[in-house]
Amino acid sequence: MNYKNDFPLLNNHDIAYLDSASTTQKPQVVIDSVKQYYENDNANVHRGAYTLSVETSEKYEGVRAQVAKFINAKHPEEIIFSKNATESLNLIANSWGLENVKQEDSIVLSIMEHHSNLVPWQRVSKVTGAKLEYMYLNDDFQITEEEIKNKITEHTKVVGITHVSNVLGTINDIETIIKYAHKKGAIVVVDASQSIPHMQLDVQKLDADFVVFSGHKMLAPLGIGVLYGKKELLSKMSPFLMGGDMIEYVYEQDTTFASLPNKFEAGTQNVEGVIGLGEAIQYIQKTGYENMQKVEKELLMYAREQLEKLDYVETYYPKEIEKHSSVISFNIKGVHPHDVASILDSVHVCVRSGNHCAQPLMRYLGMDSTCRASLYFYNNKEDIDRLVDGIQKAYNMFERYLKK
Amino acid sequence: MDDLYNDLIMEHSMNSENKHEMEEPNLCEMGHNPSCGDEIKLEVKLNGNIIEDMAFTGHGCAISQASTSIMIDTLRGKTIEEAKEIIQTFIGMIKREITDEKELEKLEDAIAFQNVSHMPARVKCALLAWHTLENMLEK
Repeated sequence: MNYKNDFPLLNNHDIAYLDSASTTQKPQVVIDSVKQYYENDNANVHRGAYTLSVETSEKYEGVRAQVAKFINAKHPEEIIFSKNATESLNLIANSWGLENVKQEDSIVLSIMEHHSNLVPWQRVSKVTGAKLEYMYLNDDFQITEEEIKNKITEHTKVVGITHVSNVLGTINDIETIIKYAHKKGAIVVVDASQSIPHMQLDVQKLDADFVVFSGHKMLAPLGIGVLYGKKELLSKMSPFLMGGDMIEYVYEQDTTFASLPNKFEAGTQNVEGVIGLGEAIQYIQKTGYENMQKVEKELLMYAREQLEKLDYVETYYPKEIEKHSSVISFNIKGVHPHDVASILDSVHVCVRSGNHCAQPLMRYLGMDSTCRASLYFYNNKEDIDRLVDGIQKAYNMFERYLKK
Repeated sequence: MDDLYNDLIMEHSMNSENKHEMEEPNLCEMGHNPSCGDEIKLEVKLNGNIIEDMAFTGHGCAISQASTSIMIDTLRGKTIEEAKEIIQTFIGMIKREITDEKELEKLEDAIAFQNVSHMPARVKCALLAWHTLENMLEK
């Protein structure tokens, strides 16, 4: 099965696209759905009495139900559309965090959180006076059960955890974390941005309180994100953004708010994004996570094997392959990752270099930055070979200047 | 790509003689590109109006390190006014606003970075030290 054929950009460019953890390419069906939306369905939702608007509203709400089913949420209104995972996390920190976290509480995050699931909580901590604590890693880039039990205590009000690290590819044991946090009376916010493109999520089975993700990392257009929250939590929370569509009655001095989910969707929404997200979910379901995982796992193993053969390359991912998703961070010893990424770019291999919005993790690991190659099911062995050849080229260019 | 990562730039980036701490500098400032984590500390020793010496420490990619080191070689011994002019010429070259070869001659070895002007992703790396020094001399 050549999945690349479904992705026009990958056919229009001769590149090895290895930056899907930043954003994925889009299949033709998703691109078509957005075009189709503007050609046939465009109208503002929830606003018009006319047929076009009503039908578009139905489609918009249909995707909400589709997302709910996709992650097995109990109710469609537990799905809130946002701009991206970052906005979803800010909504939680502002609406739930500032109203529920108290000075005597603690907020527990993992050290591998993306800045988006870290900085908003830092602010909650500064405003409320709550203690901000981190779960650190063992030598295999994993959070041990011991560390979980050390940091999550009866004082903990909220735990923020990424399902899969965007730097290390570590798959965190969120089931254990959620169970333990609940035992201690804390709620758990799961950042699923890097996991949902690759694996099935079942929010009821996980018993997660909040789950966030971005559409654009899972084949959907840019600018559409999802916030899942348990209904009993969302119902008690105040709106995050105020304005159109999220109100019930507005008086000169007072306002009552719409019920879920509209309460959290102020202003005209990204309807094309929602339509595209629905199509992306359908594409994933049609392709099947099992089939995607089969390709990804084979590629991941192949990439690890090839990189580990190069003694001048340092890699940063869990040795235990069952705990490793499709992100591969690496460095050529003594060569700055930006130079490596530039040289890879010159041979049309797209990787990211930098701190990957995870500066506290970098500092904790004693590094400034890494190169990061991230895989998706549309990659193939040739992409990995091009990566490895490019790394060899970069090393050859630097070799004689490196201090031995 | 091989044009950019040439001997001159590689030698300056990996084994620079200008990379060390300076005793009692007159000016000292940090320059950084937070998005890539590049950080340099630039130190300047003045003798009246003349830049007697400069040195740097810090870390970053080959382009930012070499650019810093070559800038130091280029501007050592120049007056502050001359240095300011050369800085503007370098920035102009990288932004492709100055292409006249005669005008670029005053950049000496720093002309080696001309190719960076075709690599938007690396412009910030090449300019880090020059912007940092520009700020220091403005004060």
